[in-house]
Amino acid sequence: MDVVDIARWQFGIITVYHFLFVPITIGMSAIIAGFETMWVRTNNPAYLRLTKFFGKLFLINFAIGVVTGIVQEFQFGMNWSDYSRFVGDIFGAPLAIEGLLAFFLESTFLGLWIFGWDKLPRGLHAACIWLVHLGTLLSSYFILAANSWMQNPVGYEFNPDTGRAELTDFWAVMFNKVQMVSFPHTVTACYLTGGAFVAGVAFWLMVRRSTPDADRPMYRTAVRIGAVVALVGGLGVAVTGDFQGKVMTDVQPMKMAAAEALYETEQPAAFSIFTIGSLDGSEEVFSIKVPRLLSFLAENDFDSKVVGIDELREEYRATYGQDPGAKYYSPGDYTPVIPVTYWTFRLMIGLGVVAAAGAAALLWVSRRGRLPRGKAWVWLAIAMPLLPVAANSFGWIFTEMGRQPWVVFGLMTTSSAVSPGVSVGEALTSVITLTLLYAVLAVIEVGLMLKYVRQGAEPFVEPPNPKLGEHSDEPLTFAY
Amino acid sequence: MELTTVWFSLIAVLWIGYFCLEGFDFGVGMLLPVLSRSETERRVVINTIGPVWDGNEVWVLVAGGATFAAFPEWYATLFSGFYLPLLLILVALIVRGLAFEYRAKRDDDTWRARWDKAIVIGSLVPAVLWGVAFANIVRGVPIDADKEYVGTTLTLLNPYALLGGVTTLLLFLTHGALFLALKTDGEIRHRARSLGLLLGLAAAVAAVVFLTWTQAITGDLTSSALFVAAALALLGGLFAAWRAREGWAFLGTFAAIALAVAGLFVALFPDVMPTTLEGGLSLTTTNAAATSYTLTIMTWVAVLFTPIVLMYQGWTYWVFRKRIAVHHIPTPQLAAEPTR
Repeated sequence: MDVVDIARWQFGIITVYHFLFVPITIGMSAIIAGFETMWVRTNNPAYLRLTKFFGKLFLINFAIGVVTGIVQEFQFGMNWSDYSRFVGDIFGAPLAIEGLLAFFLESTFLGLWIFGWDKLPRGLHAACIWLVHLGTLLSSYFILAANSWMQNPVGYEFNPDTGRAELTDFWAVMFNKVQMVSFPHTVTACYLTGGAFVAGVAFWLMVRRSTPDADRPMYRTAVRIGAVVALVGGLGVAVTGDFQGKVMTDVQPMKMAAAEALYETEQPAAFSIFTIGSLDGSEEVFSIKVPRLLSFLAENDFDSKVVGIDELREEYRATYGQDPGAKYYSPGDYTPVIPVTYWTFRLMIGLGVVAAAGAAALLWVSRRGRLPRGKAWVWLAIAMPLLPVAANSFGWIFTEMGRQPWVVFGLMTTSSAVSPGVSVGEALTSVITLTLLYAVLAVIEVGLMLKYVRQGAEPFVEPPNPKLGEHSDEPLTFAY
Repeated sequence: MELTTVWFSLIAVLWIGYFCLEGFDFGVGMLLPVLSRSETERRVVINTIGPVWDGNEVWVLVAGGATFAAFPEWYATLFSGFYLPLLLILVALIVRGLAFEYRAKRDDDTWRARWDKAIVIGSLVPAVLWGVAFANIVRGVPIDADKEYVGTTLTLLNPYALLGGVTTLLLFLTHGALFLALKTDGEIRHRARSLGLLLGLAAAVAAVVFLTWTQAITGDLTSSALFVAAALALLGGLFAAWRAREGWAFLGTFAAIALAVAGLFVALFPDVMPTTLEGGLSLTTTNAAATSYTLTIMTWVAVLFTPIVLMYQGWTYWVFRKRIAVHHIPTPQLAAEPTR
């Protein structure tokens, strides 16, 4: 193993880990904001109890998302310093703007929301969690703009004097056509995730025998709201994903070919749902195929041609020369690891579809006072929060692995991006320390989640509704 | 003024904001076992920073991001060069942040005691290491002609840098103690004030030696004026603490940290990371900078949004301005563990 391998493993591990929590934060902050707004408007105690119950789960999740996010910002410089030097003029700006516009907003207003129950008027308190949600959306926008630039570099010029890529058009980076599909795709996936989480947890509590009967209608409300959000999100993911496939075919044709493991150009091209191939992935033994579907996904036309890996390899060689990342790929080979791209693409779509279908099913069985207690329903409820989380991870693994051997497509290879001064020992220390730490944190996090889910919503307590700036000498409504 | 100078100053401001704000919550974290004698008192201490610590921490994320955007070479050399200390800081910030959020989530003494340790160590490690890192930046480290750091981790542990670490440690402890004196009531308040006074004297000695040493290495007239002002602010703060004027006392350490960090940046300018290597290349505000196009855009963003951030963050401090005492702490927030 050399530093590039280790740095890639670290990036993969800590980024996938971080992104287990982020979509739950983004999706759930909107739903909780909705609950609290409903409470402020209707005075219905159930909405306040839901706000507080899901708020607790949200905070357990948010904390770990925040602290693992710090590593993200540091590791570009730590492990990928040549990348940072080469692209910093372009890539640094969205990161800095994300901090200034989003992180301050999220952290400050979340602090106000957590501790402000007895200090802020109700409407203002609800506004705080909406601002947190706005912060999460801004954060996604800027970080995805940075990532989209790596997929499709625009608005820059290579400066031979400084030996780096330099920004020439900021707005081109902000409105990159990859960004225009990646942002809605990611955010709708976050709503699917948050909705599925709320629906699954609430369904489990609704049908649980020890739940007080008086609380069941409240959980039913949450099931239905969560399921609707998940369904709308799921529909959005599908539509935006379809657009994204076409943009990808346009700017990164190799990634599209790799998603299907399509070696030879086909017209029309079929989409395989399941394939058993030879170990190197280049020959197929058994496959279930949907004729013409890939053509549609790639070009919006059931008859179109989809260019295969072999042809693209020749094309890439002609464009980019023989030897981009020779260390990881045979010289002049621009092919990502096909089994990884093939399966992650299917798992992303498959699990996402199952999650959305699950949401539809929960919506259906929870209608009009029904209390379905079949084992299968309970298992579905338990699986609901996990399905989109897994789909999100596979989606990111696909999009990042599918870009290889490039770190910035067509411009810089991953193996040339790593920090030249970092030793194998240092890089290993880092990845091992962080992985072990993250593993321990995962156990703690899941333990807390389960504990608080089991506890269910606390009884209604009328919260104070202070005027702004008013202080009582009573015990705090909330304290650590 | 050159845009590169503007951004050098803005990054200085971000670090000043970070040290002045997170400095006191590092101090509060480290003093947790020292100043509180019961679970309720520990909760008083933690709740003084509960609503604000996360917002304070964002200053370092923005400082990091701004360095990446405005001086990519500085970001690349610094972060890849100071690898292991930064890893330690990251681990510390991770466990510390979770400790605040998770400590009260189980009604279990062992659980809480563990998270308390995480708070103390997680505050101590960055309080020392940021000082070590900054001292090394100002003093210079071996950087070769390719702008790569070529020292080792041991290179960073020189006497001057270690003194820098001790200085930030003592300053943050003092800052934290005086913050607690300002934000609590009852016995903790008095304990915090007396301890703050004591720590402050030690911090003053360390700071005077460290800043004099800095002045000898790389200072100029402006930095010396700032260092003297920092020392005076610290002494003024301590005098106010002695006279039981907690607001002024906290303002004193706040100003002292701000002035000292400003002085370090002035002493550093126009370098951003000088080299100690014969034939090496010092990183400067010009050779490490982004293009003027990027800097112009970043300047617009900073000018438009920094005032808004300052306004709402300041507002938070106003909302939570009230002192916390033992009788404000509600009984444990949790219901008992479910029986099944």
